[in-house]
Amino acid sequence: MSDQLVIGGKALQSRLFLGSGKYSTNALIPAIVEASGAQVITVAVRRVDPEAGRENILTHIPKSCVLMPNTSGARNAGEAVRIARLARAAGCGDWIKIEVISDNRYLLPDNQETIEATRILAAEGFTVLPYMSPDLMAAKRLYEAGAAAIMPLGAPIGTNRGFRTKELVRIMIEEIPLPIIVDAGIGRPSEACECMEIGAAAVLANTAIASASDPVAMARAFGQAVAAGRAAYLAGPGAVHETARASSPLTGFLHE
Amino acid sequence: MTFFDELRRFDGFDFQGFFASVTDADVSRIIAKERLSGMDYLALLSPRAASHLEPMARRAQELTIRHFGRAVQLFTPLYLANYCTNQCVYCGFNTKNPLERRKLSLDEVEAEARAIAESGLKHILILTGEDHKKSSVSYIADCVQVLKRHFTSISLEVYPLTREEYAQLVAAGVDGMTMFQEVYDEPVYLELHPKGPKRDYRFRLEAPDRAAQAGMRLVNIGALLGLHDWRQEAFFTGVHTDYLQRAYPDIEVAISTPRMRPHLGGFPPKVIVSDADLVQYILAFRLFMPRGGVTLSTRENAKLRDNLLPLGITKMSAGVCTQVGGRATGQEDTGQFEISDERSVAEMAEMLYSRGYQPVYKDWQYL
Ligand code: SF4
Repeated sequence: MSDQLVIGGKALQSRLFLGSGKYSTNALIPAIVEASGAQVITVAVRRVDPEAGRENILTHIPKSCVLMPNTSGARNAGEAVRIARLARAAGCGDWIKIEVISDNRYLLPDNQETIEATRILAAEGFTVLPYMSPDLMAAKRLYEAGAAAIMPLGAPIGTNRGFRTKELVRIMIEEIPLPIIVDAGIGRPSEACECMEIGAAAVLANTAIASASDPVAMARAFGQAVAAGRAAYLAGPGAVHETARASSPLTGFLHE
Repeated sequence: MTFFDELRRFDGFDFQGFFASVTDADVSRIIAKERLSGMDYLALLSPRAASHLEPMARRAQELTIRHFGRAVQLFTPLYLANYCTNQCVYCGFNTKNPLERRKLSLDEVEAEARAIAESGLKHILILTGEDHKKSSVSYIADCVQVLKRHFTSISLEVYPLTREEYAQLVAAGVDGMTMFQEVYDEPVYLELHPKGPKRDYRFRLEAPDRAAQAGMRLVNIGALLGLHDWRQEAFFTGVHTDYLQRAYPDIEVAISTPRMRPHLGGFPPKVIVSDADLVQYILAFRLFMPRGGVTLSTRENAKLRDNLLPLGITKMSAGVCTQVGGRATGQEDTGQFEISDERSVAEMAEMLYSRGYQPVYKDWQYL
């Protein structure tokens, strides 16, 4: 396999990331992972409960998956940092998705606090994937702060409104030398596909899968859509290096 | 500015006139809206909207699953003490009721905590009556120190505190507060609270403001249904929630919708709030505040609780006991009110599974 996504030293074949917060039971997770082919799953540290018996989420995540704890519930950089350290101390690995939200009506991330948390945690050796409102300058600062990838939202969390921030994310993809992963708001497989077609490195889906009538079938559809979008990106005019190697340049005759 | 000032805007508002003006077309249009205004919410509380419950329910269910998932957070109340200096005419802990008064020692708190923690719950709500000496803030803080060893989230349902006192308890490890205004209508409030510190309407009304300012993460409010016109009370509760979310965007807001229950002293409800009324309230609130929590207590019976579940409920109590202590310690004393759903935590979890919902025992991590 040549088309791999490498983050924090881990090479991933699948470019679909999963959420885990909204299922009718965590026991569904293995089937969701299997059907979608996803290799990364995010888990809210605040919900991790080793004593939860059958709902202990850590027992439902296949060993093949990269666990990406998230700091959901954090209202500022300080809380996010503390949650991240708790996750590492609990044996959840070095990946951390930073979510800092100080607006509970729309659940829009606080970019400034997110940058601060990224700086602190990257310096402590975490593989940091910050969730953010798409903004080029904020993304540059996240890059400088040591983020391993950047996760702009497609639309506010849980809205299923689709890829509303396309123009802003497209600019980030062009300008930021990190994987750009569209997180939140993606309601349909076709929208996930659209993200991948313009060059997103991956897509994270949660609500769209968890709220479907058949979450396992929807997970499979997302896995296929993300793969199709990626294939289209690699095949299409967006792939600059491919056109550079065109076999018969249109203006080649000028040099004959 | 606090909610007290906000509420003044509705002085003299003609509720009946407004309700009379609501048409079926208005209701249908509002149900389809993405973002409802306060007046839209009031229209959904109107008698006219009562014939639109099914489309409201569909929308409410969709919004709830989208924002909260197929998951319901479970918690249980722990009564620390029943001393009370107030005379709320509708309450079994009323200072005039001949009732054995006591409070838990810290050892008893530890024993109760162990008994509750065995059920798997990680969220606890601690309650006291209003007695600033016997159930002082420092007593509550001491109890919190004990409870922290067993629970990851501790909420408070006690008398209104000052901002500094809330801050002291936040520092001790409390992350949520519940405060029922009981009645938003001030004249009715004064009539029902003849004596004691609770007579101070404004100090109670502004308690959620002070708690949010002190860093409380979760603020749960509510009106006790049955004391006054429920449509108005539901409206003010919703408007209060909306105000809190606007004024303090980083808090999580939630409401409870308690209906009056029988209790010692036997004050009958002034207004009967039917099951259909309760449903209309919960649905209208969900459409108005798609991300607001709705807490359902065991005042309602098991069957109704099960049926309300998919309409917008996000938190439920389980394994409830309204006596002081009562799980591991204590005698046969009288509770604050009679409960109608006596199911254990395990039974509640089974019910949730059978209806396609995940019981969530832990949704916060004490930091
Ligand atoms: S409602 Fe509260 S303040 Fe009023 S009598 Fe009962 S315990 Fe006391």
